[in-house]
Amino acid sequence: MELTVGPNQFFWPADTWSGFYNDLAGSPVDRVVIGELVCSKRLPFYQERIPEAISKLVEAGIDVALTSLALVTLKRERKLTSELAEMGIAIEINDLTALAHLPEGTGFSVGPLVNVYNEGTLRWLASRGARRVCLPPELPIKSVESLVKAAADLGVAIEVWGHGRLPLAISGRCYHARLHGRTKDNCQFACEDDPDGLDVRTEDGRPFMAMNGVQTLSDSYACTDHQIELLRSVGVSALRLSPQSQGFMQLCSMYRQRLDRNLNRGELSKDVLSTNPGIRLSDGFLLGACGADWSGA
Amino acid sequence: MVMEIVCPAGTPAALRAAVKAGAHTVYCGFNDETNARNFPGLNFDRAEMRAGVDFAHAHGSKVLVAINTFPRAGDEAIWHRAVSAAEASGADAVILADLGLLDYAARNHPGLRRHLSVQAAAANADVINFYADTFGVKRVVLPRVLSVPEIAAINCETKVETEVFVFGGLCVMAEGRCSLSSYATGLSPNMNGVCSPASHVEYNEQQGVLDARLGGYLIHRVEKGQPAPYPTLCKGCFSAGDKTGHLFEDPVSLNAEKLIPQLQKAGVTALKIEGRQRSKSYVAQVVRNFRTAVDALEAGQPMPEGMLARLSEGQAMTTGAYKKTWR
Repeated sequence: MELTVGPNQFFWPADTWSGFYNDLAGSPVDRVVIGELVCSKRLPFYQERIPEAISKLVEAGIDVALTSLALVTLKRERKLTSELAEMGIAIEINDLTALAHLPEGTGFSVGPLVNVYNEGTLRWLASRGARRVCLPPELPIKSVESLVKAAADLGVAIEVWGHGRLPLAISGRCYHARLHGRTKDNCQFACEDDPDGLDVRTEDGRPFMAMNGVQTLSDSYACTDHQIELLRSVGVSALRLSPQSQGFMQLCSMYRQRLDRNLNRGELSKDVLSTNPGIRLSDGFLLGACGADWSGA
Repeated sequence: MVMEIVCPAGTPAALRAAVKAGAHTVYCGFNDETNARNFPGLNFDRAEMRAGVDFAHAHGSKVLVAINTFPRAGDEAIWHRAVSAAEASGADAVILADLGLLDYAARNHPGLRRHLSVQAAAANADVINFYADTFGVKRVVLPRVLSVPEIAAINCETKVETEVFVFGGLCVMAEGRCSLSSYATGLSPNMNGVCSPASHVEYNEQQGVLDARLGGYLIHRVEKGQPAPYPTLCKGCFSAGDKTGHLFEDPVSLNAEKLIPQLQKAGVTALKIEGRQRSKSYVAQVVRNFRTAVDALEAGQPMPEGMLARLSEGQAMTTGAYKKTWR
């Protein structure tokens, strides 16, 4: 199995952003999806650094794809999306708008925010040029298994959400701005204060979600440590690791070791929990009664 | 042309009530997981759908069948059969969200009109035109993330009819792209046709305080005697940083009746009312009021004011994303 690093979901200062991708060039991952997924207002702060980051990753032998935005409404967002196709780099669509702009016959990959729930959708996307699909995180293992089978016949690689806070929802409204009594247009980039999202707790103090601008994530970090053998046996091609501000290179190395059978089941998650006190892990979407469940508990 | 009122019907009785109250169009679904209001005791079996369509057609109304969940891998035949059954019932269109199902319907039921469900969250003219060119979609139900000027701009760039929600429950997240419910309960709109399902709701009263939980998560805590809204995830009371409150959305419902003239100027074809889970008397009342409003507008008369406030059952109302400051 391979490792793909998904697009950074958070808003980091440009230097932090560059440093992250610089480090990633030296990490044992196979593929990196780069660019802005969540909010088009963030892009100008680091946009000019993207070409250099891509060059470094490519030089290091890592495949690179550019992500589309997850929700495209404004004129400037439509323009950005239409220009993706002209960048000369592989594209990962995370909204169908991006596909509308790709010339027919162009190969592309599909991110977890496009609803691929069944074989019919997979077949249709493959007929349009999809070569790789990261499935929506809420799919249970039974669906993953059916889709992997269908994908094999179509020459499509199937990826699943491997690690990181789960992208649960996207909205027209910016919750970070709302929390600060502002609107999205006048957000003053409140989301920059929370490089891994802002924890949202219930009134009795139980962690539940995390806000990240217009996006809502899980409080827990999804972790496939306990499912790697299962995912491999089902035929999944790659795990997707989602960028986080702390300890990410170490996490990539551990997943590499786990895939190479140099770490036993349970060791990776144990390490993550001990080095990140206070965080919770989950893997319930694959096998549990609900997404928040954790089989290692 | 008078704006089309598209009205919900969760039961054959509600369909008849809506038609009699003047609904131009009624939308409904089959009683299984193929539609996004898969609640116990709700929706139509095949014979009821056929009878409902006959009744509506006899009274000059249309029927749309929502088949707008995302088919489960390995079980797509259930959704395919629903499309066939909708066509066999004589329905005027199906409302679909899934790419595979749109492709299936376009290839196997080319004569059956296809509408794009709000669950597809098609939020700009480029993607709407793409759905039209690729799958022959004739109408799109717009996601509740757009302002009125943005809707007007979309209508300038597409020939696809647009339908917008004007009354009822309000999704805060882009529709069809939210798995908050399955994160907490295992059941989601996309996969199961339910959000914040009643099967996972618990109320617990202690020392004069009523807690409403969903999947074990505390969504609301109110003092006894205070109104206790249904624990819908995105409208719960939560804490973040040093603030506690309705961080995503207040427990409000959508009411865009005052925006009807603007929506007409924006080129909107149809006004959609949410609420297939509502009673037939509620549905009839809402339909009558909206029908009165669009007929007045068409006749160049002033709109009746505040006609729907009492139907909100004391709940606060919002115009949602139609006003840009909502964001």
